[in-house]
Amino acid sequence: MAKQTKKAPARRKSTTSRAKSAAKAKDPVGMSVVPDTLSFSQEFDTYPAGKYTHEELGLNEDQVIAMYRNMLLQRRFEERAAQMYGKQKIAGFLHLYIGQEAISTGTATAMKIGTDSLITAYRDHGHALALGMSANEGMAEMFGKIGGCSKGKGGSMHFFDKENRMFGGHGIVGAHVPVGVGMAFAHKYKEDGGAAIAFYGDGAAGQGAIHEAANLMSIYELPAILVVENNQYAMGTAVHRAFGQTEFSHWAASYGVRGAVADGMDVFSVIKAMQDALAEARDNKPTMMEIRTYRYRGHSMSDPQKYRTKEELDAKKNEDPILRLKAYLLDRNVTDEKTLDAIDEDVKEEVMASVEFAENSPAPDLDTIYDDVYDSRDYPYLA
Amino acid sequence: MAVLQFREALRAAMTEEMERDERVFLMGEEVAEYNGAYKVSEGMLEKFGPKRIIDTPISENGFCGLGVGAAMSGLRPIIEFMTFNFSFVAIDQIINNAAKIRYMSGGQFDVPIVFRGANGAAGQLAATHNTSTESIYSTIPGLKVIAPSNPDDAKGLLKSAIRDNNPVIFLESEVMFGMKGEVSDAEDYIIPIGKARIAREGTDVTIVAHSKSYHIAMRVAERLEENGYSAEVIDPRTIRPLDIDTIVDSIKKTNRCVIIDESNPYASISSEITFQIQDRAFDFLDAPIKRITAKDVPAPYAKNLIEYYMPQEEDAYQACLSVMYAK
Repeated sequence: MAKQTKKAPARRKSTTSRAKSAAKAKDPVGMSVVPDTLSFSQEFDTYPAGKYTHEELGLNEDQVIAMYRNMLLQRRFEERAAQMYGKQKIAGFLHLYIGQEAISTGTATAMKIGTDSLITAYRDHGHALALGMSANEGMAEMFGKIGGCSKGKGGSMHFFDKENRMFGGHGIVGAHVPVGVGMAFAHKYKEDGGAAIAFYGDGAAGQGAIHEAANLMSIYELPAILVVENNQYAMGTAVHRAFGQTEFSHWAASYGVRGAVADGMDVFSVIKAMQDALAEARDNKPTMMEIRTYRYRGHSMSDPQKYRTKEELDAKKNEDPILRLKAYLLDRNVTDEKTLDAIDEDVKEEVMASVEFAENSPAPDLDTIYDDVYDSRDYPYLA
Repeated sequence: MAVLQFREALRAAMTEEMERDERVFLMGEEVAEYNGAYKVSEGMLEKFGPKRIIDTPISENGFCGLGVGAAMSGLRPIIEFMTFNFSFVAIDQIINNAAKIRYMSGGQFDVPIVFRGANGAAGQLAATHNTSTESIYSTIPGLKVIAPSNPDDAKGLLKSAIRDNNPVIFLESEVMFGMKGEVSDAEDYIIPIGKARIAREGTDVTIVAHSKSYHIAMRVAERLEENGYSAEVIDPRTIRPLDIDTIVDSIKKTNRCVIIDESNPYASISSEITFQIQDRAFDFLDAPIKRITAKDVPAPYAKNLIEYYMPQEEDAYQACLSVMYAK
C-alpha cells in the first residue's frame, strides 16, 4: 500500500513554529523572521510497477480483458493513423500515443465516466478512445469529415466528447491545464461528486500556466488531479535538459498538495494511483502526479528522432505496457493466447472499419464553415 | 429612473443576474474582501458569500483558464480584470480557449463567460497601463465585444452579456466608473447585444463614437449646433457584432461621417467601420470619412503628452467642419 501523505496544513504549521523557535533562540532582539536552517520533508505516494493485482484493485477478469482490448484498440488505431498519414488521408499534425496506453486505460478504469471530467493536450487519441469515443468518430475527425467527433473542425489535436466528459484535445502546450482546474471548480461548485483530471506532457511542465493552475487548485481546495505524462522528451528536449527539478511529484510540495508517482508501463500502477487520487479529490484534496512513461514513436510524424539512440528505444520497448498486461493475463491464467489473438483480430477489424467509415463520411459542406462560431440563435449578424 | 454611478450600474447588473441564476459567479483580483479595486463589486461578498464572489491571486492566465473550464462545465463565470492591460498575460486563454473551443469541438461545448474590467487610457499611467483593446479582441471570431458609454447601457448590456452563451469581452473605464447617469429601473432591464444607439439625431454629419469617445462626440455636436450645423451621434455600444445598418442608414441621410475612436489608429475599430461604410454606402458619401484617434504611439507619461495623445475634441470638431466643406 502507498504511504499516506501528511496533511499539508499541519506541515505548514510546524514549519512556522520551527521558524519562531529558531528566531527566539538566536536573535537577541527577537525580531528575525528567518530561521537558522530551513528544510521540509514530504513523503510522496509511489506506485511501483508489478506491485498490484487486479483483484486487489477490485477488478474482475472481464474488466481486465476489456482493458487489454482497449489498450490494443488504441495501439492499432494509432498504427493505422500513421499509415493513413503516409497516404495523406490525414493532414496537419499527428501525435501518436503508442507506448502510453496504460495511462489512458488505467485512468478511465479508475474514473466514474460520465461524472468525472478529463482534459488533455494534443496527444489525445488514447484518452478519447479510453473514455468511450468510437474509433469511427476519431478516424473521421482526422480525415476531416463531417462524421468526426468535432465535425471536421478540430482534427487530430482536438478530440472532444462531451457525453463522456472528455473536454478535449488541446493544441497550445499547457494552456488547457487551468481549464482542467476550472472543470474541478465546477464539480465542487455544483457539488456533483465529480473530479477533474488534467493531463499534460513533461514539456508543458515548463509553462507558467501549470504553476498558476497548481496554485489555484491548492488554494481553492479543488477536486483536481494534475498529471504530467513524463515520456522523457518534449519533442527532442530530454527532461534533464529542461528542468532543474526532474522529480515532478516533488513540485507538489511547493503548492501544498499531495504528490504521487505512478509507472505508466503498468496499467495496475496507474489504476491504483488514480483510485487513490480520485478518492482524495472527492474529499477536495488535489494531487500533482507524475506518470513515467515512454513514447515509442517520434514527437509527431516529421520527427527523425536524432536525440535518442536505437538501444534506448529497444530497451524501452521491452517494457511495452500491452505486452506486460498480456504476460500478466497469461501468467495468471486469466485467459489464453487464443482469446487474446482473437481480441487483436477483432480490434484490427474495428479500426479498419473506422477507416472505411472515415472514407465514406462526407466532407463538411462549405456552408458549415460558419457553424458553431457562436451560439447563434440570437446572433443574426454573422455572414 | 434612478441616478447611478457607472460602477453602481455594473454592480446592479451583476447582482440581479446572480440572484436570478445560481450558476453565475464573480472571480478576480480584489473583488471580494477588498470590495473591488474600483469598488465595482462593493458589498457583493457580504451579499453572496465567498463561494460566488471569489478573490484570486495575481494569476490572470490561471483564473481566466479556470473560468473557461467552469463555463465549459455549465457555470456562467464573470471574470474581472483589474484592467484589460493585464488581460494580455491571459490572452491565450481568451483567444485560443474561450473564443475557439466551441468551434473546435464542433459545437459540443458552450463557453458562456464574461471578461470585464477597465479598458483604455486612464491618465498618467504610461504605456503598459493605457491600452485600448477593442480592436485586438474584436478581430477574433468567437468573441463578442461590448463597450458602453453610460450607466444605463452598462447595466442593460452587462445583463445581456451574462446571459449570452458566448464569451463576451465587456470593456469599462477607470475614468467613467464615477460617472453618474439615469438608469432604467424597469424590472429585468435588458439591452440586446449588437444594437447601436442614436444618441442625438441630426442631418448634416454622422459622428460614430463609443465608450469615452462618445462624450467627446456629444460635446462636438453641441458646438456644431451652436454654429448652425446638425450632427447625428451614434454610439455603437457593441463593437462585435457591429450594428452597421444603423450607421449606414444615418450616412444615407447625412452623407458624411467622422469616427472618434480612442484606440491607436492602425487596424483599429475606426478602420473597420470605415471599410464597412465604403462597402455599403460608397455612393452616399459626399466627403472622405475622417477619424480622430489616439496618436499612433505607446501612451506617454508626461501630463501634456498624454493629454495630446488622446483624441482631441478640437480635432473632431474641425474634422466635422472639414467633411461638411464648412471651412
